[in-house]
Amino acid sequence: MLEIKDLHASIENKEILKGINLKVSAGEVHAIMGPNGSGKSTLAQVLAGRKEYLVTKGDVIFEGKNLLDLTPEDRAREGIFLAFQYPVEIPGVSNTNLLKTAINEIRKYRGEEAIDAMEFLTMLKKKMKLVEMDQSLLSRAVNEGFSGGEKKRNEILQMAVLEPKLSILDETDSGLDIDALRIVANGVNKLRSKDRAAIVVTHYQRLLNYIIPDFVHVLYNGKIVKSGTKELAFELEEKGYDWLKEQKELVEG
Amino acid sequence: MSEILDIKKWYMSNFEKFEDNLNGGSLKPIHQVRKEAIAKFSTLNFPTTHDEDWRFTNITPLLKHNFLPSGKINLKQKQIKNFLFKKISGNLIVFVNGHFASELSKLKNLPEGISVGSLSDEIKNGSAIVNEHFGKYANFKTQIFTALSTAFTQDGAFIYVNDNKIIEDPINILFIAVPGKEKILSQPRNLFIAGKNSQVTIIERYVSSGAGIYFTNVVSEIASGENSSIHHIKIQEESSNAFHVSRTEVGQGKNSNFVSYSISLGGEISRYDLNSKFNDEGAECSLNGLYLLTGNQLYDTHSLIDHAKPYCTSHEHYKGILDDNSRGVFNGKVIVRRDAQKTNAFQENNNIILSDGALINTKPQLEIFADDVKCSHGATVGQLDQDSLFYLKTRGIGEEKAREILIHAFASDVIKSIKTEPVKDYLEKILSGRFNKVR
Repeated sequence: MLEIKDLHASIENKEILKGINLKVSAGEVHAIMGPNGSGKSTLAQVLAGRKEYLVTKGDVIFEGKNLLDLTPEDRAREGIFLAFQYPVEIPGVSNTNLLKTAINEIRKYRGEEAIDAMEFLTMLKKKMKLVEMDQSLLSRAVNEGFSGGEKKRNEILQMAVLEPKLSILDETDSGLDIDALRIVANGVNKLRSKDRAAIVVTHYQRLLNYIIPDFVHVLYNGKIVKSGTKELAFELEEKGYDWLKEQKELVEG
Repeated sequence: MSEILDIKKWYMSNFEKFEDNLNGGSLKPIHQVRKEAIAKFSTLNFPTTHDEDWRFTNITPLLKHNFLPSGKINLKQKQIKNFLFKKISGNLIVFVNGHFASELSKLKNLPEGISVGSLSDEIKNGSAIVNEHFGKYANFKTQIFTALSTAFTQDGAFIYVNDNKIIEDPINILFIAVPGKEKILSQPRNLFIAGKNSQVTIIERYVSSGAGIYFTNVVSEIASGENSSIHHIKIQEESSNAFHVSRTEVGQGKNSNFVSYSISLGGEISRYDLNSKFNDEGAECSLNGLYLLTGNQLYDTHSLIDHAKPYCTSHEHYKGILDDNSRGVFNGKVIVRRDAQKTNAFQENNNIILSDGALINTKPQLEIFADDVKCSHGATVGQLDQDSLFYLKTRGIGEEKAREILIHAFASDVIKSIKTEPVKDYLEKILSGRFNKVR
């Protein structure tokens, strides 16, 4: 589904990603872990198409298309979804309006009819139940005055509504209490299928108790330095990241 | 400079012709006021950018044209159809090039307790109300455009609401400019009086049937009686070649409430002065504004809220969106006089600049001479939020649509509070289509 080849990216002339290689197939969940500043969020943002990051080298192929040639909106329309680490508050735009516009823009891209109002509402109610979100949040402005947990749940609601092929969750677990974490994970798990994939970016192993990954990768200093299965996450939880840093420095030294 | 002197002479020579055509009209008491005004006009100068109040607005282009009042033009009902709000109830009074058009107006179903008509008829009939109020709020002694308006006073909308009358449906006033070969000057002069405990909504709308060069110079005087409530909506949609200079002066009585919406969309150069004075205690005003500027438009809005008495509250909230090479000026002044204790005054001006070429000069001003008051003011100028734009795009929403959503979100709170639904719907639609060009 997704193939990242030797991806280099920088911001303000500072190289953050220094040659990422990653292959994600349909049906898989990949966890990307790593210490602060290792480039995890940058990778998520680059995949979503934030233009502040300059891709200096490498390719990203998504379903046979060169992702880097597409605008952020076309990437979303092709089936990529980024759940933000810091969801943006947009005063004056209601949650419902955002969701409906997004669905219809995606449908238009695919040459489909606009969604019927009743159909939309029924679907929305179902998805809201999934993330245990209160109806009243729908008419409120996007993320405005939402608590941290509400914002993250709202990201998962959007994901559930848009049903992307590839979901990228950028530290969706940070700042969540255990109940919110369970709800968020449940939302992600419900969407798991043999046709979809997810990249879960996280600092902590905790989330991976709920979203069981097929693969775990450790990102350090802009490169994936170790890959493994879910057991690697436990090892990281136990030992921290320092042993990897040392190992890497040893190799590079 | 000589050009400007010439244009003053031009207007003054026109006054003689104007007087000749008044016939018996020159015997009415109001004509004395006209004569005083033209005398004053001759001593005043058109403002330049050296005048503090016109610092950012160069009106030289306006002074290059020899504008002339037009004769009466008859329009057909279907020619004004597009200028009427859909599904709006209430009465309609239409002016074409500044002249009352009774055949286009709909004043048959006026409720009891309100008079709506043309100022010209009122003057002809020797209205005591006109004699009592005319020229009492808009001082022409220092303002050249007001002097010009007063000197040439002929017609405009007249509304009088009796004491204790609640007028549910809005009164719609439509000013249509029909530009032709001649460069037309129209000077609507409006007078709105709300009696004690009365309530009324007045909509002033300025439109044009074509793209020619013309000049609209409006003065509106509004007197709100004790405990009255006035909603005043002014929508300026002149042609892109038009000049629009306008002034509204409000005198507020005890416990009165004045709510205004100033929507500016059209004109090449336009200027709006909206001033409200609290003449007694317990009054409140809420001034809302929205300007959407594109191309080479220049819009200058000045407001003055005069807290002359204690226990009054004012809110002012103006928003602007500027694109292309447009220019905007916001100047909002609030004066709290020494005796005006327990004043509440809040003022805010927010702007979004969509292009490198657009510019806004904003100046919120508070002058406080009392010590027991609550006042605040602020101004912001920014661009569309890039993080919000990116966020919307990652949801599959295209650039154009995402911009439209954010622009709408920015301006919608001004529009949302308008109580007259058809006007609100109309403005929502304008807002959605106004800036959606591909970048």
